[in-house]
Amino acid sequence: MRPVTVIEGRGVPLGRSDVDTDQIIPSEWLKRVERTGFGRGLFSEWRDDPAFVLNRPEYQGASVLVGAARFGTGSSREHAVWALMDYGFEAVVASSFGDIFRNNAAKQGLVTVQLDATSVAELATLVTDDPGAHVVVDVTALAIEVPAHGWRRSFELDPVVRERLLNGWDDIGLTLRHDGEIADYERRSATPPIAAALREG
Amino acid sequence: MSGRTLYEKIWEEHLVAAPADQPPLLYIDLHLVHEVTSPQAFDGLRLAGRPVRRPDRTLATADHNVPTDPISTPVADPISRRQLEVLDENCREFGVTLFPRGHENQGIVHVISPELGVTQPGMTIVCGDSHTSTHGAMGALAFGIGTSEVEHVLATQTLPQSRARTMAVTVEGALPPGVTAKDLVLAIVGRLGTGGGAGYVIEYRGEAIRSLSMEGRMTVCNMSIEAGARAGLVAVDETTIEYLRGRPGVPSGEEFERAADRWRQYASDPDATFDADVVIDASTLVPMVTWGTNPAQVVALDGRIPSPDDVPAEQREAVVRALAYMDLTPATPVRDIPVDVVFIGSCTNSRIEDLRAAAAVARGQRVAPGVRALVVPGSHRVKRAAEAEGLDRVFVDAGFEWREPGCSMCLGMNPDQLTPGQRSASTSNRNFEGRQGRGGRTHLVSPAVAAATAIRGRFASPTEVGQ
Repeated sequence: MRPVTVIEGRGVPLGRSDVDTDQIIPSEWLKRVERTGFGRGLFSEWRDDPAFVLNRPEYQGASVLVGAARFGTGSSREHAVWALMDYGFEAVVASSFGDIFRNNAAKQGLVTVQLDATSVAELATLVTDDPGAHVVVDVTALAIEVPAHGWRRSFELDPVVRERLLNGWDDIGLTLRHDGEIADYERRSATPPIAAALREG
Repeated sequence: MSGRTLYEKIWEEHLVAAPADQPPLLYIDLHLVHEVTSPQAFDGLRLAGRPVRRPDRTLATADHNVPTDPISTPVADPISRRQLEVLDENCREFGVTLFPRGHENQGIVHVISPELGVTQPGMTIVCGDSHTSTHGAMGALAFGIGTSEVEHVLATQTLPQSRARTMAVTVEGALPPGVTAKDLVLAIVGRLGTGGGAGYVIEYRGEAIRSLSMEGRMTVCNMSIEAGARAGLVAVDETTIEYLRGRPGVPSGEEFERAADRWRQYASDPDATFDADVVIDASTLVPMVTWGTNPAQVVALDGRIPSPDDVPAEQREAVVRALAYMDLTPATPVRDIPVDVVFIGSCTNSRIEDLRAAAAVARGQRVAPGVRALVVPGSHRVKRAAEAEGLDRVFVDAGFEWREPGCSMCLGMNPDQLTPGQRSASTSNRNFEGRQGRGGRTHLVSPAVAAATAIRGRFASPTEVGQ
């Protein structure tokens, strides 16, 4: 994972609550075995509508998606995060997130900014009224702002997630430093592996 | 000091290390793998030159996009076929046991692991699938993970995990006749909302839960994620032990009794306290149907479609959008709504008891003209058991399709899909926009209501068709 410190770019107001991961990337896209190219499938059922916000020229190249309550609920598909990032989003702002989605986002370096519902609504209004306005998400300072409009809010991130974002750490590498402890655990655990008869059949 | 919850017991037992710069490392006893969320994870291992640490704790099956046509029919979709081939290649390369399409043990991952006795009490279980919560019914801590975490578990057999909060959902009293585990969990999701369980592990307790069969408990735990909770749990009791006895993955004889004694400890202590408590009176519950585009948008089968005026202001816009997508008018009686398709299947409701409940309603009846009704058993074992009881004949004689096992129309990754505008009554777990096929409209129901609805052509209870 590459380090993430500051994200800067246009914000897109999605204008919907309860955006589940089936809507972010429909299941027909999940047949692919690659990790890239999912941006074309992002919100694909809505993108047929020319009025859908991602189709509007003023929001092309945006990097911050402004959602609402309960963004990313439902399925565990990490493809939802890959689709958002492949499309070009580097951060999602919402008043709450699905747990698995948020976890997946952290693993990939997609920043999830959780704000109170009023602040999310304010930000959505700002980027609706002024689509060219730059939104800045600062992972070091834990702040999000729209400098042109003097709007700024602090946000919280799990300190572990923040550290990993700032350093671009690979989780597996970190865990394998504990290889000895894992082996010790395996020696003392009473839980058997899958029965051999099933593994052979 | 107060006692420990079941969640806390399993959690503490599986702690491997508590690094300063990472969440605690949790050991994973069992990793279930399927074709959709694993290819990129195996690729990651290959790139880094890492092996699968414990192939003997890893089990794979093909379920999400397998066709449910006869096994002799080749997989027509080249992208699906490729994904199934890649699973095959990966399992061979990394030494992982695979039950591929057509294998006698193949089926939906959350159906086969419990029925084979691979899922056992006190285990930590993960799978790249949010309905992994199903296995909590056996007193195991089981939750869904993303593909990066799949790779992490393949490589290390552990996961960095922050500790969850605990929620007790206590269902007091007895379920009224005709009210099933599915109705119960739809009512729970309706009460908590899709985000109400976020950050929690739910333990289901109380008389109504204790009275459920293992399969009923699996239905309840399965849909924990629809309330936002990554895991659901039910304490081990004699129902759990008797379910496990004789299954291929558990020991036999004396060794089984010793294991059973160990498993019986997986219950919350009487004086354990939870971070949140929800109490539900089972006697007030009725058969439920979802009307909208998330599983918390539920209404009684005897009820009417709600109006945007019935809900708090902050939900109004979502209700208006859901009504428009579902093409429904407020105040319409649910029983007046016609359906095009009925789907009986999925990791929520495709086990033998589900099929028996649906067959009891379908016996001697005919599917309404113009309705397509599919029955997709959760696994080959379920299919064989149903056929041994003659349930396949009951369904086929009534005009239902009797198909091969898989996830099928629950998520429409295979050819079993709704076409735009079609309306389904489905025993699955999600009614999201487009979930069962682009433009499709899904209503979640129990197997008995699904069967009655197939026969009447509109939402119906079993009593309406003579049950």
